Amino acid sequence: MRNALLAATAVALLAAQPALAQQKSIKIGFVSTFSGPTAVIGNDMRNSFELALDHMGRKMGGIPVEVIYEDDAQKPDVGKQKTEKLIESDKVDFITGYIWSNVMLAALKPAVDSKTFIISANAGPSQIAGELCSPYFFSTSWQNDQTPQAMGLYMNQKNVKSVFLIGPNYAAGKDMLAGVASTFKGKVVGQELTTWPSQLDFSAELAKAKASGAESIFVFYPGAAGVQFLNQYAASGLKGSVPLYTAFTIDELSLPLQKDNAIGVPGAQEWVNDLPNEQNKKFVADYRKKYTGLRPTYYGAQAYDAAQLINSAVVATKGNLSDKAAVQKAMEKADFKSLRGGFKFGNNHFPIQNFYLQDVVKDADGQLSLKTVATIVKDDQDRFHDKCPMK
Amino acid sequence: MTLFIEQCLNGLQFGLLLFMLAAGLTLVFGIMDLVNLAHGSLYMVGAYFAATFTAFTGSFVLGAVLALLATLLVGMVVEVVAMRRLYGRDHLDHVLGTFGLILFFNESVRLIWGPAGLALPLPAWLQQPISILGFQYSAYKFSIIVVSLIVAGGLYALVMRTRIGMLIRAGASNREMVGALGVNIKLLYTLVFGLGAALAGLAGLMQAPILTVQIGMGENILILAFVITVIGGIGSIRGALVAALLVGFIDTLGRSYLPDMLREVLSPAAASTLAPALSSMLIYLLMAIVLIVKPEGLFSAGQR
Repeated sequence: MRNALLAATAVALLAAQPALAQQKSIKIGFVSTFSGPTAVIGNDMRNSFELALDHMGRKMGGIPVEVIYEDDAQKPDVGKQKTEKLIESDKVDFITGYIWSNVMLAALKPAVDSKTFIISANAGPSQIAGELCSPYFFSTSWQNDQTPQAMGLYMNQKNVKSVFLIGPNYAAGKDMLAGVASTFKGKVVGQELTTWPSQLDFSAELAKAKASGAESIFVFYPGAAGVQFLNQYAASGLKGSVPLYTAFTIDELSLPLQKDNAIGVPGAQEWVNDLPNEQNKKFVADYRKKYTGLRPTYYGAQAYDAAQLINSAVVATKGNLSDKAAVQKAMEKADFKSLRGGFKFGNNHFPIQNFYLQDVVKDADGQLSLKTVATIVKDDQDRFHDKCPMK
Repeated sequence: MTLFIEQCLNGLQFGLLLFMLAAGLTLVFGIMDLVNLAHGSLYMVGAYFAATFTAFTGSFVLGAVLALLATLLVGMVVEVVAMRRLYGRDHLDHVLGTFGLILFFNESVRLIWGPAGLALPLPAWLQQPISILGFQYSAYKFSIIVVSLIVAGGLYALVMRTRIGMLIRAGASNREMVGALGVNIKLLYTLVFGLGAALAGLAGLMQAPILTVQIGMGENILILAFVITVIGGIGSIRGALVAALLVGFIDTLGRSYLPDMLREVLSPAAASTLAPALSSMLIYLLMAIVLIVKPEGLFSAGQR
C-alpha cells in the first residue's frame, strides 16, 4: 500500500513537472554537429556557450539554466528531428546552435509553428533573411551573403579584374557565391559547385579555374574541406600565379592543419580573436584558460553572443517567458555586450554589423593565428531585409 | 586542350587510387568469400600511421614505408583475431561483424589520436608543381600515378606469375578444391587479407596529404570501392583495374564537363544545381547498366 502511494506521488510529481519547469529553470536546446569530421566545430560552439554560462554564474535573471545538447550529424533531417524533440518532449524555452544553413532551414518550421524562439549562432540562409523571416527567429551571426560581399568589396580595393568562384552545393554555398558576385565589380569568369559534404577532391575544379584564365579564385569551404582545398590549391601550382580570396575557409580550427598553406590568404569575418573590446579580451583569455590547447573561433563567439542574447531577454522580462511579444521586444534591442563590440538587429532579426579583413600571422608563441588587418565595411545590413514582411 | 589532358590525368590518378582500394576488396571477397565493410577503416588506419610516423621520423618516404608495414600487420592481426570467426558464415554475419569493426576502428582512432584529425605535410620536393607537356601539374599527384602503376604492375606479376598468385587465382575460382589439394588455406587467407589491408593502407596514405587525415575518411570512398568491385567482377584484379579507371574518368570528367553541357540547355541556376547531383550519379548509372548487361561484372573470376 505504501509503495503504491509512493508510486502515485511520483507519477503526480512527474506530471506536474512541465508546469513548474518554466519558473524553476530556463531550458535551452542546443542543436549542433557533435559527431563526424565537423564535430570540432560543434565542440567549439558548446565550449563557448558553456563559458558564457560560467560567466553568468549559470543563471539568467536569477533562474538556473539547463542546456540540452543535441547532435544533428550535419544532416537536415536529423537536425529537424532533434529540434522537434527539444520542442515537443523537452519543452525548451529557446533553441540555438545550428552550423549549417540546410539544417537551419529544415529546423525553422517546427520552431516557428510552436512559437519557440530559435537563435541561429552560425547559419544565415538568405531565405530566412527574406521571405521566410519570423518574429521567433534571431541570428547572432550574419546572413550568408554578407561575409563574401565584404570580400568582394576588398577585391575591388585590390583592383582584381576577374574571379573564378568555387563552393559547396548546398544552401550556404549558393548564398556565398551569389554574395561575392553581388559586390565584386570585375568579371565572374566561371563558377563551380561541388557535391557537399562528400566531395573532397577539388582537382577538377582547380583545373577549370586555371584554364578559365581568371585572375583570382574565391572559395567558401568551412571545416575540414577548407584544409583539403588549401592543400590542393598549394599543390596545383596556382598559389604563385592566381591569388585566393576566401570566406569561412580559414579559422582557428582549420589553421593548425592548414599551416603555411594559409599564410597570405585573406578572409573576411565579423569577429576576429583580437578585436579590442573588454568582453572579447575576457572571452578569449578565459576560453584558452578553461580549454587548454584550444582557441576560440567565430563559431564560438557567435554561440557566446547567443547565450548573452537569451540572457538579456530573460532579465528584461524578469523570467516571464510566456509573454512572447515581450520576449521578442527585449531580444530586438540586442541589449548586451557582444564580443564583436555591439550590433543592432535589422527588421529581419539579422545583425547590422562591421566586417573585417583578417590575415594569418605568427603570434607571440610562434603559433599561427588570425589577426584583424582592416575594417572592410561598417554597419552592413544584408541585402534580403527588404523582402522580409516584418517592419 | 591542356584542360582536357589535365582532367584526364586527374581522372587517371583518382582511378588508380581507387584501384588500390578495390584490389584488396575484390581479392578478399573473391578468394575468402568475405564481405569486408571494414576495408575503409584500414584505409584510414594507413593514413593515420603515415601521419604519425612521418611526424616521428621527419621523413615522408620513411613514414610511408613504416605505415605500410604497420597496416599490413594490423590487417593480419584483424584476420587472425576477428575474420577467422566469420568464414563460412552467412554474408549478413560478415556485414554485421565488419560493421562492428568500423565502429571499433573509428572509436580507437578517436581515443588514440583525438577527434580533430591530423595533417600530413608533404616534403618540399613533392609540393612543387612540375611541368608536363607544357602545363603545370601537381608533382605529388603525378607521383601517385607512378607509384600506383608500379604497384598495379607488381600485383599483376604477383598474381599471374608466382606460385602464391597461382594459389590466389585457384582460390578465387574454386576454394574447396584448393583446400583439398593440401594447400594451407589458413595461411593463404591471412596473407591475402594482409595484402588487401596493405593496399588499402597505401591508398589511404597516398590520399592523406591531399585530403586531411580524419575519422570516417574511409567510409565515403569504400562505397566507390564496392561499386568498382561490382562493375569489374568479383575476385578479378584485371576487372578491378578496368572498372577503377572507368569510375575515375567518369567521375572527374563528368564533374568538369557536365555543368557546361547542362548550361547549354538549361538556365544557369538550374544547371549549377543539377550538375553536381547528376555527375555524382553517373558512376551509379554505369553500375546499373553493367548489372543489366553483364550481371556477373565485366571480368568475373570464373571466366577470368
